[in-house]
Amino acid sequence: MIQQISVFLENKKGRLAFITKVLAAAGADIRAMSVADTSDFGILRLIVDKPETAIAALKDEGMAVSLTDVLAIGVEDTPGGLAKATNALWDSGISVEYAYAFISQKDGTAFVILRVDNNEKAVEVLKENNITVIEQGDIRK
Amino acid sequence: MSNFYDEKIETMSRDEMSQLQSERLVSMVERCYNNVPLYKKRFDEMGILPGDIKTIEDLKKLPFTYKTDLRDTYPFGMFAVPKEELIRIHASSGTTGKQTVVGYTAHDIDIWAQSCARALSSIGGTKSDYVHISYGYGLFTGGMGLHYGAEKLGATAIPVSSGNTKRQVQILQDYGSDIICCTPSYAMFIGETIREMGIDPKTLKLRAGVFGAEAWTENMRREIEKILDIKAYDIYGLSEIAGPGVAFECTSQTGMHVNEDWFYPEIINPDTGEVLPDGQYGELVFTCIGKEALPLIRYRTKDISCLSRKPCSCGRTLVKMAKPKGRTDDMLIIRGINVFPSQVEHVLLSLNMDPNYLIVVDRVGTLDTMEVQVEMTPEMVSDTVKNIEALERTIAAALQSTLNISAKVRLVEPKSLPRSEGKAVRVIDNRHI
Ligand SMILES: [Zn+2]
Repeated sequence: MIQQISVFLENKKGRLAFITKVLAAAGADIRAMSVADTSDFGILRLIVDKPETAIAALKDEGMAVSLTDVLAIGVEDTPGGLAKATNALWDSGISVEYAYAFISQKDGTAFVILRVDNNEKAVEVLKENNITVIEQGDIRK
Repeated sequence: MSNFYDEKIETMSRDEMSQLQSERLVSMVERCYNNVPLYKKRFDEMGILPGDIKTIEDLKKLPFTYKTDLRDTYPFGMFAVPKEELIRIHASSGTTGKQTVVGYTAHDIDIWAQSCARALSSIGGTKSDYVHISYGYGLFTGGMGLHYGAEKLGATAIPVSSGNTKRQVQILQDYGSDIICCTPSYAMFIGETIREMGIDPKTLKLRAGVFGAEAWTENMRREIEKILDIKAYDIYGLSEIAGPGVAFECTSQTGMHVNEDWFYPEIINPDTGEVLPDGQYGELVFTCIGKEALPLIRYRTKDISCLSRKPCSCGRTLVKMAKPKGRTDDMLIIRGINVFPSQVEHVLLSLNMDPNYLIVVDRVGTLDTMEVQVEMTPEMVSDTVKNIEALERTIAAALQSTLNISAKVRLVEPKSLPRSEGKAVRVIDNRHI
Protein backbone atom coordinates (compact mmCIF):
# COMPACT_ATOMS: atom_id res chain seq x y z
CA MET A 1 0.00 0.00 0.00
CA ILE A 2 1.08 3.57 -0.58
CA GLN A 3 0.00 6.90 0.78
CA GLN A 4 -1.99 9.26 -1.36
CA ILE A 5 -2.36 12.93 -0.47
CA SER A 6 -5.75 14.52 -1.08
CA VAL A 7 -5.88 18.29 -1.32
CA PHE A 8 -9.16 20.19 -1.24
CA LEU A 9 -9.16 22.95 -3.84
CA GLU A 10 -11.73 25.45 -4.89
CA ASN A 11 -12.23 25.71 -8.61
CA LYS A 12 -10.18 28.83 -8.99
CA LYS A 13 -7.45 29.67 -11.46
CA GLY A 14 -3.89 28.93 -10.50
CA ARG A 15 -4.52 26.59 -7.59
CA LEU A 16 -2.90 23.59 -9.24
CA ALA A 17 0.15 25.59 -10.23
CA PHE A 18 0.39 26.88 -6.67
CA ILE A 19 0.38 23.35 -5.23
CA THR A 20 3.10 22.12 -7.58
CA LYS A 21 5.21 25.15 -6.68
CA VAL A 22 4.80 24.46 -2.94
CA LEU A 23 5.81 20.82 -3.40
CA ALA A 24 8.77 21.66 -5.58
CA ALA A 25 10.01 24.16 -3.00
CA ALA A 26 9.70 21.49 -0.30
CA GLY A 27 11.66 19.02 -2.40
CA ALA A 28 8.79 16.55 -2.79
CA ASP A 29 8.59 14.94 -6.19
CA ILE A 30 5.16 14.33 -7.71
CA ARG A 31 4.92 10.82 -9.16
CA ALA A 32 1.24 10.74 -10.05
CA MET A 33 -1.69 13.09 -9.94
CA SER A 34 -5.39 13.02 -10.65
CA VAL A 35 -8.17 15.54 -10.13
CA ALA A 36 -11.82 14.81 -9.35
CA ASP A 37 -13.99 17.85 -9.46
CA THR A 38 -17.46 19.34 -9.34
CA SER A 39 -18.49 22.82 -10.42
CA ASP A 40 -17.51 24.20 -7.00
CA PHE A 41 -14.50 22.25 -5.80
CA GLY A 42 -11.92 19.70 -6.75
CA ILE A 43 -9.91 17.06 -4.99
CA LEU A 44 -6.35 16.81 -6.12
CA ARG A 45 -4.91 13.34 -5.49
CA LEU A 46 -1.16 13.11 -5.36
CA ILE A 47 1.39 10.36 -5.11
CA VAL A 48 4.75 11.78 -4.09
CA ASP A 49 8.11 10.34 -3.15
CA LYS A 50 8.05 11.95 0.33
CA PRO A 51 4.46 12.12 1.61
CA GLU A 52 5.38 13.43 5.10
CA THR A 53 7.41 16.31 3.67
CA ALA A 54 4.68 17.13 1.18
CA ILE A 55 1.89 17.08 3.78
CA ALA A 56 3.87 19.33 6.12
CA ALA A 57 4.57 21.83 3.34
CA LEU A 58 0.94 21.92 2.24
CA LYS A 59 -0.32 22.32 5.81
CA ASP A 60 2.16 25.17 6.30
CA GLU A 61 0.46 26.88 3.40
CA GLY A 62 -2.86 26.39 5.19
CA MET A 63 -4.18 23.82 2.73
CA ALA A 64 -6.84 21.31 3.74
CA VAL A 65 -5.13 17.97 3.12
CA SER A 66 -5.51 14.37 4.21
CA LEU A 67 -3.79 11.04 3.69
CA THR A 68 -5.40 7.89 2.32
CA ASP A 69 -3.91 4.45 1.85
CA VAL A 70 -4.30 3.31 -1.74
CA LEU A 71 -3.07 0.36 -3.78
CA ALA A 72 -0.56 0.65 -6.57
CA ILE A 73 -0.09 -2.22 -8.97
CA GLY A 74 2.40 -2.79 -11.72
CA VAL A 75 0.84 -3.46 -15.09
CA GLU A 76 3.98 -3.15 -17.18
CA ASP A 77 4.56 -6.62 -18.66
CA THR A 78 1.13 -8.20 -18.60
CA PRO A 79 -1.16 -7.17 -21.42
CA GLY A 80 -4.65 -6.81 -20.03
CA GLY A 81 -3.05 -6.64 -16.57
CA LEU A 82 -5.40 -3.92 -15.34
CA ALA A 83 -8.49 -5.84 -16.50
CA LYS A 84 -7.14 -8.94 -14.78
CA ALA A 85 -6.70 -7.02 -11.54
CA THR A 86 -10.09 -5.33 -11.57
CA ASN A 87 -11.83 -8.59 -12.49
CA ALA A 88 -10.13 -10.39 -9.63
CA LEU A 89 -11.18 -7.67 -7.21
CA TRP A 90 -14.71 -7.63 -8.60
CA ASP A 91 -14.97 -11.41 -8.20
CA SER A 92 -13.95 -11.07 -4.55
CA GLY A 93 -16.61 -8.49 -3.90
CA ILE A 94 -14.19 -5.57 -3.62
CA SER A 95 -15.33 -2.39 -5.31
CA VAL A 96 -12.99 0.08 -6.93
CA GLU A 97 -13.81 3.69 -6.13
CA TYR A 98 -11.43 5.17 -8.69
CA ALA A 99 -8.20 4.39 -10.53
CA TYR A 100 -5.52 6.34 -12.35
CA ALA A 101 -2.27 5.47 -14.01
CA PHE A 102 1.26 6.78 -13.91
CA ILE A 103 4.56 5.97 -15.53
CA SER A 104 7.63 5.18 -13.49
CA GLN A 105 10.42 7.69 -14.12
CA LYS A 106 12.99 4.99 -13.48
CA ASP A 107 12.19 2.54 -16.25
CA GLY A 108 9.10 3.84 -17.98
CA THR A 109 6.88 1.07 -16.68
CA ALA A 110 3.21 1.72 -16.03
CA PHE A 111 1.55 1.62 -12.64
CA VAL A 112 -2.07 1.96 -11.70
CA ILE A 113 -3.37 3.47 -8.46
CA LEU A 114 -6.49 1.77 -7.16
CA ARG A 115 -8.76 3.05 -4.44
CA VAL A 116 -10.75 0.11 -3.08
CA ASP A 117 -13.05 -0.37 -0.13
CA ASN A 118 -10.90 -3.03 1.53
CA ASN A 119 -7.15 -2.63 1.14
CA GLU A 120 -6.01 -5.71 3.09
CA LYS A 121 -8.32 -8.09 1.29
CA ALA A 122 -7.47 -6.50 -2.07
CA VAL A 123 -3.73 -7.00 -1.49
CA GLU A 124 -4.38 -10.68 -0.78
CA VAL A 125 -6.49 -11.13 -3.89
CA LEU A 126 -3.98 -9.33 -6.10
CA LYS A 127 -1.07 -11.38 -4.78
CA GLU A 128 -3.01 -14.60 -5.32
CA ASN A 129 -3.39 -13.50 -8.94
CA ASN A 130 0.34 -12.79 -9.25
CA ILE A 131 -0.17 -9.07 -9.72
CA THR A 132 2.69 -6.88 -8.46
CA VAL A 133 1.62 -4.67 -5.57
CA ILE A 134 3.88 -1.65 -5.17
CA GLU A 135 4.89 -0.44 -1.70
CA GLN A 136 5.74 3.06 -0.53
CA GLY A 137 9.44 2.22 -0.62
CA ASP A 138 9.24 1.36 -4.31
CA ILE A 139 8.31 4.88 -5.30
CA ARG A 140 10.73 6.75 -3.06
CA LYS A 141 13.47 6.50 -5.69
CA MET B 1 -40.41 26.79 49.30
CA SER B 2 -39.56 29.78 47.24
CA ASN B 3 -37.74 32.70 48.64
CA PHE B 4 -39.39 36.04 47.82
CA TYR B 5 -38.14 39.53 48.51
CA ASP B 6 -41.50 41.13 47.75
CA GLU B 7 -44.02 38.32 47.65
CA LYS B 8 -47.00 40.59 46.98
CA ILE B 9 -45.52 41.99 43.78
CA GLU B 10 -43.68 38.88 42.67
CA THR B 11 -46.81 36.71 42.83
CA MET B 12 -49.37 39.35 41.86
CA SER B 13 -52.25 38.33 39.62
CA ARG B 14 -52.12 39.45 36.00
CA ASP B 15 -55.09 41.81 36.47
CA GLU B 16 -53.59 43.50 39.49
CA MET B 17 -50.22 43.82 37.77
CA SER B 18 -51.82 45.38 34.67
CA GLN B 19 -53.67 47.81 36.90
CA LEU B 20 -50.44 48.80 38.64
CA GLN B 21 -48.59 49.10 35.33
CA SER B 22 -51.36 51.22 33.83
CA GLU B 23 -51.29 53.67 36.75
CA ARG B 24 -47.51 53.97 36.58
CA LEU B 25 -47.50 54.38 32.80
CA VAL B 26 -50.07 57.19 32.89
CA SER B 27 -48.05 59.08 35.47
CA MET B 28 -44.77 58.44 33.66
CA VAL B 29 -46.07 59.65 30.28
CA GLU B 30 -47.28 62.85 31.88
CA ARG B 31 -43.83 63.47 33.37
CA CYS B 32 -42.04 62.64 30.11
CA TYR B 33 -44.23 65.02 28.13
CA ASN B 34 -43.76 67.87 30.56
CA ASN B 35 -40.09 67.46 31.39
CA VAL B 36 -38.28 65.91 28.42
CA PRO B 37 -38.24 68.17 25.35
CA LEU B 38 -37.49 65.25 23.01
CA TYR B 39 -40.60 63.38 24.14
CA LYS B 40 -42.81 66.48 23.87
CA LYS B 41 -41.55 66.98 20.32
CA ARG B 42 -42.14 63.32 19.38
CA PHE B 43 -45.62 63.25 20.93
CA ASP B 44 -46.56 66.50 19.19
CA GLU B 45 -45.31 65.20 15.84
CA MET B 46 -47.44 62.09 16.26
CA GLY B 47 -50.42 64.04 17.53
CA ILE B 48 -50.47 62.19 20.84
CA LEU B 49 -51.36 63.83 24.13
CA PRO B 50 -50.49 62.31 27.51
CA GLY B 51 -54.22 62.01 28.16
CA ASP B 52 -54.54 59.54 25.29
CA ILE B 53 -52.64 56.99 27.36
CA LYS B 54 -55.06 55.44 29.83
CA THR B 55 -53.88 51.85 30.29
CA ILE B 56 -50.81 49.75 29.64
CA GLU B 57 -52.58 48.59 26.45
CA ASP B 58 -52.09 52.09 25.06
CA LEU B 59 -48.31 51.80 25.29
CA LYS B 60 -48.11 50.60 21.68
CA LYS B 61 -49.30 54.03 20.51
CA LEU B 62 -46.14 55.65 21.85
CA PRO B 63 -42.92 56.31 19.94
CA PHE B 64 -39.75 54.28 20.47
CA THR B 65 -36.60 55.58 22.10
CA TYR B 66 -33.22 54.65 20.61
CA LYS B 67 -29.69 54.64 21.95
CA THR B 68 -28.94 57.43 19.47
CA ASP B 69 -31.49 59.61 21.29
CA LEU B 70 -29.35 59.36 24.43
CA ARG B 71 -26.22 60.13 22.42
CA ASP B 72 -27.85 63.07 20.64
CA THR B 73 -28.90 64.60 23.95
CA TYR B 74 -25.58 63.78 25.67
CA PRO B 75 -25.03 64.02 28.54
CA PHE B 76 -28.20 64.89 30.46
CA GLY B 77 -30.73 65.92 27.80
CA MET B 78 -33.26 63.18 28.53
CA PHE B 79 -33.32 63.54 32.29
CA ALA B 80 -36.85 64.26 33.52
CA VAL B 81 -35.91 65.73 36.91
CA PRO B 82 -33.93 68.81 37.98
CA LYS B 83 -30.42 68.02 39.10
CA GLU B 84 -31.27 68.66 42.77
CA GLU B 85 -33.20 65.42 42.67
CA LEU B 86 -30.39 63.34 41.15
CA ILE B 87 -28.25 61.35 43.53
CA ARG B 88 -26.20 59.19 41.18
CA ILE B 89 -24.79 59.09 37.65
CA HIS B 90 -23.59 56.01 35.78
CA ALA B 91 -22.50 55.66 32.18
CA SER B 92 -22.05 52.91 29.68
CA SER B 93 -18.72 52.78 27.95
CA GLY B 94 -19.72 53.04 24.34
CA THR B 95 -17.23 51.06 22.30
CA THR B 96 -17.83 53.53 19.52
CA GLY B 97 -18.73 57.18 19.87
CA LYS B 98 -20.08 58.88 22.96
CA GLN B 99 -20.96 57.25 26.24
CA THR B 100 -24.58 57.07 27.25
CA VAL B 101 -25.06 58.75 30.60
CA VAL B 102 -27.81 57.69 32.98
CA GLY B 103 -29.05 59.37 36.15
CA TYR B 104 -30.91 58.19 39.24
CA THR B 105 -33.02 59.81 41.93
CA ALA B 106 -33.14 58.33 45.44
CA HIS B 107 -36.32 56.52 44.38
CA ASP B 108 -34.58 55.12 41.28
CA ILE B 109 -31.66 53.80 43.32
CA ASP B 110 -34.16 52.25 45.71
CA ILE B 111 -36.13 50.36 43.04
CA TRP B 112 -32.92 49.26 41.35
CA ALA B 113 -31.62 47.95 44.69
CA GLN B 114 -34.93 46.17 45.25
CA SER B 115 -34.68 44.64 41.78
CA CYS B 116 -31.28 43.19 42.65
CA ALA B 117 -32.55 42.12 46.09
CA ARG B 118 -35.34 40.19 44.35
CA ALA B 119 -32.72 38.58 42.10
CA LEU B 120 -30.58 37.51 45.05
CA SER B 121 -33.49 36.21 47.13
CA SER B 122 -34.94 34.28 44.17
CA ILE B 123 -31.82 32.10 44.14
CA GLY B 124 -32.00 31.55 47.87
CA GLY B 125 -30.05 34.56 49.13
CA THR B 126 -30.87 35.71 52.68
CA LYS B 127 -29.76 38.17 55.35
CA SER B 128 -27.20 35.68 56.58
CA ASP B 129 -25.30 35.49 53.27
CA TYR B 130 -22.00 37.05 52.31
CA VAL B 131 -22.39 38.38 48.79
CA HIS B 132 -19.03 38.59 47.03
CA ILE B 133 -19.20 41.22 44.28
CA SER B 134 -16.52 40.95 41.62
CA TYR B 135 -18.16 43.20 39.06
CA GLY B 136 -16.26 46.40 38.44
CA TYR B 137 -17.31 49.37 40.55
CA GLY B 138 -17.42 52.76 38.90
CA LEU B 139 -19.38 54.31 36.07
CA PHE B 140 -20.30 50.75 35.02
CA THR B 141 -23.51 49.68 36.77
CA GLY B 142 -22.52 46.08 37.59
CA GLY B 143 -20.74 46.49 40.91
CA MET B 144 -22.93 49.14 42.57
CA GLY B 145 -26.15 47.46 41.37
CA LEU B 146 -25.56 44.13 43.07
CA HIS B 147 -23.89 45.88 46.01
CA TYR B 148 -26.99 47.91 46.85
CA GLY B 149 -29.16 44.86 46.13
CA ALA B 150 -27.25 42.76 48.65
CA GLU B 151 -27.52 45.50 51.27
CA LYS B 152 -31.22 45.98 50.52
CA LEU B 153 -31.75 42.28 51.14
CA GLY B 154 -29.92 42.64 54.45
CA ALA B 155 -27.12 40.37 53.30
CA THR B 156 -23.48 41.40 53.68
CA ALA B 157 -21.97 42.93 50.57
CA ILE B 158 -18.25 42.33 50.00
CA PRO B 159 -17.17 44.92 47.41
CA VAL B 160 -14.14 43.09 46.03
CA SER B 161 -14.54 44.59 42.55
CA SER B 162 -12.77 42.89 39.65
CA GLY B 163 -9.13 41.91 39.26
CA ASN B 164 -6.43 40.41 41.50
CA THR B 165 -7.89 36.94 41.17
CA LYS B 166 -5.70 35.31 43.82
CA ARG B 167 -6.96 37.82 46.35
CA GLN B 168 -10.52 37.03 45.20
CA VAL B 169 -9.88 33.38 45.97
CA GLN B 170 -8.33 34.26 49.33
CA ILE B 171 -11.48 36.21 50.26
CA LEU B 172 -13.75 33.41 49.04
CA GLN B 173 -11.83 31.07 51.35
CA ASP B 174 -11.30 33.26 54.39
CA TYR B 175 -14.56 35.21 54.54
CA GLY B 176 -16.65 32.27 53.40
CA SER B 177 -18.53 34.08 50.61
CA ASP B 178 -21.88 32.38 49.95
CA ILE B 179 -22.87 34.02 46.66
CA ILE B 180 -20.65 35.52 43.98
CA CYS B 181 -21.66 38.14 41.40
CA CYS B 182 -19.51 38.79 38.32
CA THR B 183 -19.36 38.26 34.57
CA PRO B 184 -19.59 34.62 33.48
CA SER B 185 -16.15 34.76 31.87
CA TYR B 186 -14.62 36.05 35.10
CA ALA B 187 -16.39 33.27 37.01
CA MET B 188 -14.66 30.75 34.73
CA PHE B 189 -11.34 32.48 35.31
CA ILE B 190 -11.80 32.42 39.10
CA GLY B 191 -12.73 28.74 38.83
CA GLU B 192 -9.56 27.97 36.87
CA THR B 193 -7.46 29.96 39.34
CA ILE B 194 -8.96 28.02 42.25
CA ARG B 195 -7.98 24.77 40.56
CA GLU B 196 -4.48 26.04 39.74
CA MET B 197 -4.00 27.03 43.39
CA GLY B 198 -4.77 23.43 44.27
CA ILE B 199 -7.97 24.30 46.12
CA ASP B 200 -10.91 21.90 46.02
CA PRO B 201 -14.00 24.06 45.34
CA LYS B 202 -15.99 21.69 47.56
CA THR B 203 -14.11 23.12 50.54
CA LEU B 204 -15.49 26.60 49.80
CA LYS B 205 -18.81 27.79 51.25
CA LEU B 206 -19.74 29.32 47.89
CA ARG B 207 -23.06 27.87 46.70
CA ALA B 208 -24.40 30.14 43.96
CA GLY B 209 -23.42 32.78 41.46
CA VAL B 210 -25.29 35.56 39.70
CA PHE B 211 -23.71 36.21 36.33
CA GLY B 212 -24.45 38.81 33.70
CA ALA B 213 -23.24 41.80 31.69
CA GLU B 214 -22.15 39.60 28.79
CA ALA B 215 -23.62 36.90 26.57
CA TRP B 216 -23.13 33.33 27.77
CA THR B 217 -24.43 29.93 26.79
CA GLU B 218 -26.01 26.96 28.58
CA ASN B 219 -22.76 25.15 27.93
CA MET B 220 -20.85 27.80 29.82
CA ARG B 221 -23.37 27.56 32.65
CA ARG B 222 -22.60 23.86 33.03
CA GLU B 223 -18.85 24.53 32.96
CA ILE B 224 -19.08 27.24 35.62
CA GLU B 225 -21.30 25.05 37.80
CA LYS B 226 -18.74 22.28 37.53
CA ILE B 227 -15.54 24.24 38.01
CA LEU B 228 -16.85 26.24 41.00
CA ASP B 229 -19.21 23.55 42.31
CA ILE B 230 -22.10 26.02 42.55
CA LYS B 231 -25.41 26.80 40.85
CA ALA B 232 -25.01 29.50 38.20
CA TYR B 233 -27.81 31.99 37.53
CA ASP B 234 -28.36 34.58 34.86
CA ILE B 235 -29.20 38.23 35.45
CA TYR B 236 -30.15 40.78 32.79
CA GLY B 237 -29.93 44.49 32.68
CA LEU B 238 -28.68 47.54 30.86
CA SER B 239 -27.73 50.88 32.30
CA GLU B 240 -30.27 52.79 30.18
CA ILE B 241 -33.06 50.93 31.99
CA ALA B 242 -31.39 50.70 35.42
CA GLY B 243 -28.49 48.24 35.39
CA PRO B 244 -28.34 44.56 36.37
CA GLY B 245 -31.58 43.28 37.89
CA VAL B 246 -34.01 44.39 35.19
CA ALA B 247 -34.68 40.64 34.92
CA PHE B 248 -33.35 37.72 36.94
CA GLU B 249 -33.34 33.97 36.89
CA CYS B 250 -35.05 31.91 39.59
CA THR B 251 -33.99 28.44 40.67
CA SER B 252 -35.96 26.83 37.82
CA GLN B 253 -33.32 28.22 35.38
CA THR B 254 -35.93 28.58 32.63
CA GLY B 255 -35.72 32.24 31.68
CA MET B 256 -35.50 35.47 33.61
CA HIS B 257 -38.39 37.06 35.53
CA VAL B 258 -38.70 40.72 34.55
CA ASN B 259 -39.28 43.25 37.31
CA GLU B 260 -42.23 44.36 35.22
CA ASP B 261 -43.78 46.57 37.88
CA TRP B 262 -40.91 48.99 37.09
CA PHE B 263 -39.59 47.87 33.71
CA TYR B 264 -42.36 46.96 31.31
CA PRO B 265 -41.14 44.66 28.50
CA GLU B 266 -42.48 44.26 24.98
CA ILE B 267 -41.25 42.14 22.09
CA ILE B 268 -41.53 43.83 18.72
CA ASN B 269 -40.78 43.08 15.11
CA PRO B 270 -37.62 45.16 14.69
CA ASP B 271 -38.55 46.11 11.12
CA THR B 272 -42.19 47.07 11.51
CA GLY B 273 -42.34 47.99 15.19
CA GLU B 274 -45.40 45.76 15.58
CA VAL B 275 -45.82 44.15 19.02
CA LEU B 276 -45.42 40.36 18.88
CA PRO B 277 -47.29 37.82 20.99
CA ASP B 278 -45.70 35.80 23.81
CA GLY B 279 -43.44 33.04 22.60
CA GLN B 280 -42.33 34.86 19.45
CA TYR B 281 -38.79 36.09 19.19
CA GLY B 282 -38.20 39.74 18.36
CA GLU B 283 -36.52 42.84 19.74
CA LEU B 284 -36.85 43.43 23.44
CA VAL B 285 -38.15 46.90 24.33
CA PHE B 286 -38.47 48.37 27.83
CA THR B 287 -40.52 51.21 29.26
CA CYS B 288 -39.28 52.47 32.63
CA ILE B 289 -42.73 52.93 34.17
CA GLY B 290 -41.33 53.13 37.69
CA LYS B 291 -38.42 55.51 37.20
CA GLU B 292 -38.05 59.24 37.77
CA ALA B 293 -34.71 60.52 36.47
CA LEU B 294 -34.56 58.69 33.14
CA PRO B 295 -38.03 57.37 32.35
CA LEU B 296 -37.38 55.97 28.88
CA ILE B 297 -40.39 55.08 26.75
CA ARG B 298 -40.17 51.91 24.65
CA TYR B 299 -36.40 51.80 24.68
CA ARG B 300 -35.01 49.57 21.91
CA THR B 301 -32.47 47.23 23.52
CA LYS B 302 -31.48 45.54 20.22
CA ASP B 303 -31.50 42.25 22.16
CA ILE B 304 -33.50 39.44 20.60
CA SER B 305 -35.64 37.60 23.11
CA CYS B 306 -39.18 36.37 23.72
CA LEU B 307 -41.60 36.56 26.64
CA SER B 308 -43.57 33.93 28.52
CA ARG B 309 -46.39 34.44 30.99
CA LYS B 310 -46.82 30.72 31.65
CA PRO B 311 -46.79 29.77 35.36
CA CYS B 312 -43.31 29.23 36.78
CA SER B 313 -42.48 26.48 39.26
CA CYS B 314 -41.01 29.09 41.63
CA GLY B 315 -44.45 30.65 42.11
CA ARG B 316 -43.57 34.03 40.62
CA THR B 317 -46.09 35.48 38.20
CA LEU B 318 -43.61 38.04 36.84
CA VAL B 319 -43.29 37.62 33.07
CA LYS B 320 -40.17 35.74 31.96
CA MET B 321 -37.81 36.70 29.15
CA ALA B 322 -35.63 34.18 27.36
CA LYS B 323 -31.87 34.59 27.45
CA PRO B 324 -31.22 36.94 24.50
CA LYS B 325 -30.15 34.91 21.50
CA GLY B 326 -28.52 37.69 19.56
CA ARG B 327 -28.59 41.35 18.62
CA THR B 328 -30.86 42.89 16.01
CA ASP B 329 -27.72 44.32 14.42
CA ASP B 330 -26.75 40.75 13.54
CA MET B 331 -30.17 39.49 12.51
CA LEU B 332 -30.92 38.65 8.90
CA ILE B 333 -34.41 38.28 7.57
CA ILE B 334 -34.32 35.73 4.77
CA ARG B 335 -37.57 34.74 3.09
CA GLY B 336 -39.36 36.17 6.11
CA ILE B 337 -37.41 34.04 8.58
CA ASN B 338 -35.08 35.50 11.20
CA VAL B 339 -31.60 34.07 10.91
CA PHE B 340 -28.74 34.79 13.28
CA PRO B 341 -25.13 34.12 12.36
CA SER B 342 -24.75 32.62 15.84
CA GLN B 343 -27.19 29.85 14.85
CA VAL B 344 -24.93 28.86 11.97
CA GLU B 345 -22.01 28.86 14.38
CA HIS B 346 -23.89 26.55 16.76
CA VAL B 347 -24.76 24.15 13.94
CA LEU B 348 -21.11 23.86 12.90
CA LEU B 349 -19.94 23.40 16.49
CA SER B 350 -22.58 20.71 17.01
CA LEU B 351 -21.08 18.88 14.02
CA ASN B 352 -17.60 19.21 15.57
CA MET B 353 -16.52 21.59 12.84
CA ASP B 354 -14.61 24.84 13.21
CA PRO B 355 -17.07 27.75 13.02
CA ASN B 356 -15.31 29.51 10.17
CA TYR B 357 -18.17 30.46 7.91
CA LEU B 358 -19.64 33.19 5.76
CA ILE B 359 -23.32 33.71 5.05
CA VAL B 360 -23.99 35.14 1.60
CA VAL B 361 -27.51 36.38 1.04
CA ASP B 362 -28.70 37.31 -2.40
CA ARG B 363 -31.92 37.79 -4.28
CA VAL B 364 -32.75 35.96 -7.47
CA GLY B 365 -35.91 37.49 -8.95
CA THR B 366 -38.07 37.88 -5.88
CA LEU B 367 -36.58 34.98 -3.96
CA ASP B 368 -33.94 35.37 -1.27
CA THR B 369 -31.12 32.86 -1.47
CA MET B 370 -28.79 31.90 1.30
CA GLU B 371 -25.41 30.32 0.83
CA VAL B 372 -23.28 29.25 3.75
CA GLN B 373 -19.60 28.96 2.95
CA VAL B 374 -17.61 26.84 5.36
CA GLU B 375 -13.84 26.65 5.50
CA MET B 376 -12.47 23.13 5.19
CA THR B 377 -10.20 21.65 7.81
CA PRO B 378 -7.92 18.62 7.29
CA GLU B 379 -10.43 16.46 9.21
CA MET B 380 -13.08 17.28 6.62
CA VAL B 381 -10.99 16.38 3.58
CA SER B 382 -11.69 13.13 1.81
CA ASP B 383 -10.21 11.66 -1.34
CA THR B 384 -13.63 11.27 -2.95
CA VAL B 385 -16.08 13.84 -4.25
CA LYS B 386 -18.90 11.67 -2.95
CA ASN B 387 -17.77 12.03 0.68
CA ILE B 388 -17.30 15.77 0.46
CA GLU B 389 -20.71 16.19 -1.14
CA ALA B 390 -22.17 14.06 1.67
CA LEU B 391 -20.53 16.43 4.14
CA GLU B 392 -22.17 19.39 2.41
CA ARG B 393 -25.52 17.66 2.64
CA THR B 394 -25.01 16.90 6.36
CA ILE B 395 -24.30 20.57 7.06
CA ALA B 396 -27.24 21.69 4.90
CA ALA B 397 -29.63 19.31 6.70
CA ALA B 398 -28.46 20.50 10.12
CA LEU B 399 -28.87 24.14 9.04
CA GLN B 400 -32.33 23.41 7.67
CA SER B 401 -33.48 21.83 10.91
CA THR B 402 -32.12 24.69 13.05
CA LEU B 403 -32.95 27.67 10.84
CA ASN B 404 -36.12 26.36 9.17
CA ILE B 405 -34.75 27.63 5.90
CA SER B 406 -32.83 25.87 3.17
CA ALA B 407 -29.31 27.04 2.51
CA LYS B 408 -26.81 26.02 -0.09
CA VAL B 409 -23.60 24.90 1.55
CA ARG B 410 -20.33 25.51 -0.19
CA LEU B 411 -17.07 24.25 1.22
CA VAL B 412 -14.12 26.54 0.65
CA GLU B 413 -10.38 26.40 1.22
CA PRO B 414 -9.00 27.16 4.67
CA LYS B 415 -8.39 30.84 5.47
CA SER B 416 -10.08 31.89 2.24
CA LEU B 417 -13.03 33.70 3.83
CA PRO B 418 -12.77 37.47 4.18
CA ARG B 419 -11.46 38.98 7.37
CA SER B 420 -11.60 42.63 8.19
CA GLU B 421 -8.97 44.03 10.55
CA GLY B 422 -8.43 40.54 11.89
CA LYS B 423 -12.12 40.06 12.60
CA ALA B 424 -14.04 37.55 10.54
CA VAL B 425 -16.76 38.87 8.25
CA ARG B 426 -19.81 36.67 8.85
CA VAL B 427 -22.40 38.09 6.52
CA ILE B 428 -22.46 39.48 3.01
CA ASP B 429 -25.90 40.69 2.05
CA ASN B 430 -26.11 41.42 -1.65
CA ARG B 431 -29.84 42.20 -1.67
CA HIS B 432 -29.49 45.98 -1.20
CA ILE B 433 -32.90 46.15 0.46
ZN1 LIG C 1 -39.52 31.34 38.36
